[in-house]
Amino acid sequence: MGNSQHELQPMYRTMYLIRRFEEEAARAYSLGKIGGFLHLYIGQEAVAVGAEAAIEKTDYVITSYRDHGVALARGSSARSVMSELFGKDTGLVRGLGGSMHLFDAEHRVLGGHAIVGGQLPLAAGVAFRARYMQERDVTLCFLGDGATNIGGFHEGLSLAGLWKLPVVFVCENNRYSMGTPLNRTTPLADLTLKAAGYGLASDRFDGHDVLTVRDRMRAAVERARDGGGPTLVEVLTYRFRGHSMSDPGKYRTAEELEDFKRTADPCALARKQLLTSGVAEELLSALEQEVETEVMDAVRFAEESAPASRSSLDAFVYAGSSGH
Amino acid sequence: MAQVVGLPRLSPTMEEGTLTRWAKREGDDIAVDDLIAEVETDKATMEWRAFDRTVLLKILVAEGATVAPDTPVAIFGGRGEDISSLLSPVQSADSTREAPPPAKKAEQPAQQPTGRVPASPSVRRLARERGVDLHAVQGSGPGGRIVQRDMERLALQPSGTENAPLAGARADRSEVSASTARPAPVAVPLSSMRRTIARRLVESKQNVPHFYLSADVRVDALLSTRQELNALLAEKNEKISLNDMLIRVCASALRRVPSVNASFTDDAILQHQVIDISVAVALPDGLVTPVVRDADKKGLLEIAREVRELAAQARQKKLKPEQMSGGTFSISNLGMYGVDEFAAVINPPEGAIVAVGAVREVPALRDNELRTERCLRLTLSCDHRVVDGAAGAEWLAAARQLIESPLQLML
Amino acid sequence: MSEEMERDDRVFVIGEEVGYYQGAYKVTQGLLERFGERRVVDAPIAEAGFAGLAVGAAMVGLRPIVEFMTWNFSLVAFDQIVNNAAKMHQMSAGQLRVPVVFRGPNASARQVAAQHSHAVEPFYCNVPGLRVVYPSTPRDAKGLLKTAIRDDSPVVFLEGETLYGLQGDVPEPEADELIPFGSAKLVREGHHVTVVSFGRPMPMLTKLADELEREGISLELIDARSLRPLDTATIVASVKKTNRCVVVHEHWPYGGPGAEIVDCVQREAFDYLDAPILRASNLDVPMPYALELENEVIVGPERVRAALRQVLYLD
Repeated sequence: MGNSQHELQPMYRTMYLIRRFEEEAARAYSLGKIGGFLHLYIGQEAVAVGAEAAIEKTDYVITSYRDHGVALARGSSARSVMSELFGKDTGLVRGLGGSMHLFDAEHRVLGGHAIVGGQLPLAAGVAFRARYMQERDVTLCFLGDGATNIGGFHEGLSLAGLWKLPVVFVCENNRYSMGTPLNRTTPLADLTLKAAGYGLASDRFDGHDVLTVRDRMRAAVERARDGGGPTLVEVLTYRFRGHSMSDPGKYRTAEELEDFKRTADPCALARKQLLTSGVAEELLSALEQEVETEVMDAVRFAEESAPASRSSLDAFVYAGSSGH
Repeated sequence: MAQVVGLPRLSPTMEEGTLTRWAKREGDDIAVDDLIAEVETDKATMEWRAFDRTVLLKILVAEGATVAPDTPVAIFGGRGEDISSLLSPVQSADSTREAPPPAKKAEQPAQQPTGRVPASPSVRRLARERGVDLHAVQGSGPGGRIVQRDMERLALQPSGTENAPLAGARADRSEVSASTARPAPVAVPLSSMRRTIARRLVESKQNVPHFYLSADVRVDALLSTRQELNALLAEKNEKISLNDMLIRVCASALRRVPSVNASFTDDAILQHQVIDISVAVALPDGLVTPVVRDADKKGLLEIAREVRELAAQARQKKLKPEQMSGGTFSISNLGMYGVDEFAAVINPPEGAIVAVGAVREVPALRDNELRTERCLRLTLSCDHRVVDGAAGAEWLAAARQLIESPLQLML
Repeated sequence: MSEEMERDDRVFVIGEEVGYYQGAYKVTQGLLERFGERRVVDAPIAEAGFAGLAVGAAMVGLRPIVEFMTWNFSLVAFDQIVNNAAKMHQMSAGQLRVPVVFRGPNASARQVAAQHSHAVEPFYCNVPGLRVVYPSTPRDAKGLLKTAIRDDSPVVFLEGETLYGLQGDVPEPEADELIPFGSAKLVREGHHVTVVSFGRPMPMLTKLADELEREGISLELIDARSLRPLDTATIVASVKKTNRCVVVHEHWPYGGPGAEIVDCVQREAFDYLDAPILRASNLDVPMPYALELENEVIVGPERVRAALRQVLYLD
């Protein structure tokens, strides 16, 4: 068993955890236990997990509203994320944020952000701090392909490029901005062409193989860490579910979806690689059973947790003075 | 069984009463005929006494509050009874004077204080605090809204928290005066009596068509008769006043001219068969009119004693309503203040009132000889719906004759 | 600002023309020489970008001061201020803080027409999570700005575009005078009517109060200066004394802090009011260019006088 297989096994576990977690979240949503919007990451797990493998625990990650995968990949517990989806006091943000707003300062998850493109200037600011304080942390900013048309994207890239900030913008191109295919929202087939306008480096690759993601991300992250400036990375991926739970998915054919599921399911791909490299089926089954237990425990925990507290309402509106 | 008790009607004309004093406290036993509270009505301070044995469970209206009859003022019942179910509806009920008066009063001609008066919130608060009836206040704001300066004009009591009235807003609004330091008027809250006087006099002047007849009468004979009588009474330490004699004069003149002893109603003129003279008595905070009954049948001394007693009771506010109502004619005398003549406002439903001026010396030509005589001026105010000019003149002539030949009074 | 930058290395200024140009209104004059490019950051014309960048930097511990050349331009950064700055602390259930100050000149700069004449306080006052202050004197500006910079919540700091010329004593650096948020200033005692205002109209009202004093009308003048939180206690106490209230503001009349003050007075001083609470404000139209028309739109002493006469029942 090679070195990368050693590393692949925990990555597969995390991807499988995200997969199973979201399947259960979808079930809970259909039972009315989760409200609002629920944007699933199923099919894109390799991106978050591969990117996570390319950064340090001290680096920052900020993302859009499709944020469960990122939080779980960073190390937020399945219990705290599921509880947040259930709107419970034990949730990551005590039931104040829900699916779209996962924040975990301990794991340096700076939020799921629900206004498209709004997080890019924030990411530039987080990276600005590293430069200001002369520290070496890097900021990873996830965005969807739809975000590349909005002002925040351009202004964020513009400032990051201008000041060579240590940030990597990861555009997860899942080919649909909500229900509109990419070719109907931008004249470019290659989104990384947008990087050139702001003096950013760029990279573009297929995001179904988690090891590929990790390796290509690593290059961008190291460039940022070493003062080489920001990179716009376009990762080609595919979401197996609708834009959100309320999306019937009429804009794409069943054949297309089946084709992707058959050839580009990142979890299946990683599992196959592990088996090929000699990892025993029993071992994988045991690992999957462990994940199953963890996810079901998270659901039970969320169900049994106390509801969000009235006292949270007023507690976090203002931070007060800094006590100097 | 606990029950909510309304303010009893303590006089026939009582439209509201001020609870001047609670004689019992919450939790006190009440025996039959116990004094429960004192209530100042339009006429006098009345005693509210108990009809039944009970316990005062709850006082609903504070001392000083003015409320209409039947307004809940207390809860009576058995000791320890739960009165919570009675409390809420009572306390939420509008018990202020703005509540329409009970329907039984409908036949009264009085203008009832009903309806909402436009007033600013601060005026409403001041009115609440000071027990002022806003119906009696003229509003100068838009749409007749009563605003603070109207209250200030009313000379309301300045409390320490109130600021001085706006200079210029008070008198001449087109020119704002430079001086803001002028003292504010002193406010005197309206007493129940004051309110009644105001209401009844406005009612009289607005509804009763007054006309006036004046005549000078020579009083030398009357005064010398009085002097002689008082000399006789000196050892009894009693005295007859000029006014006492004039009451008797009025009564006799009314007997001679009964058409003046009458009241107007919508259906008929009521010719009174008794002669009851209302006598105006000035008090520090207003005036009352106790009645000398059957004045035509009473001797001068009897009248003198009765008037003295009624006046004393009036000053102590001890007059009972029945002592102040039911007169058929009024007399008002300002002669002792040096007033030569004045015209009085009729006291409805009476048909006339006579105003008596001061005794003065006038030159007179008698038997080709110029000499001084003492005389005074009588002014009769008549309700023209009842008394015509000729009848009034006839009455004045009768009065003059009686005054100038007082021996007729003895007949 | 420079005192606070001296005091705390995490404080930096970012905005258009704040550095080499020395500030469009010279507010940041001399800062570049003193603190260098690291802390006085000239930004491109990208309000959403640099406002968002400041919020991001604040989320991880810096204390940015964002200068908008005018608050009109904040509207393209509205999302960053409203959705990110104001919400981050709450959305993260207290895990993150956003100690950022957004500052710049507010309201009409005289004859710059509709797009450059916004009074933005109604927009920002309506957002829980933001603090909004609007000083009218140099001393208040200094004391409130120091408080704003040290506050851990995002602060919208409004400066009157035509107040920059005001001169006044300010405390020495050693005094380190901070003016707490939520404290209104009783500018002048009086007893006939309470006039509440903030920001730009204040100098005009002080002058008007002098004139009216000579005419026998005594104004109690209150500078709200902190609009969120609002010092309702001072305002209500004054109205309880005078029984009348006129609110003067330069923002448009539909809603906003002016209306908020009216609401709080009618709720808390209802029984003390002798007249309806009136507002004197700008006319409800976009700002025109021509001087005569602009003068007509912006609230001036005559409109205030008319309101005062009405609440004093002098007409």
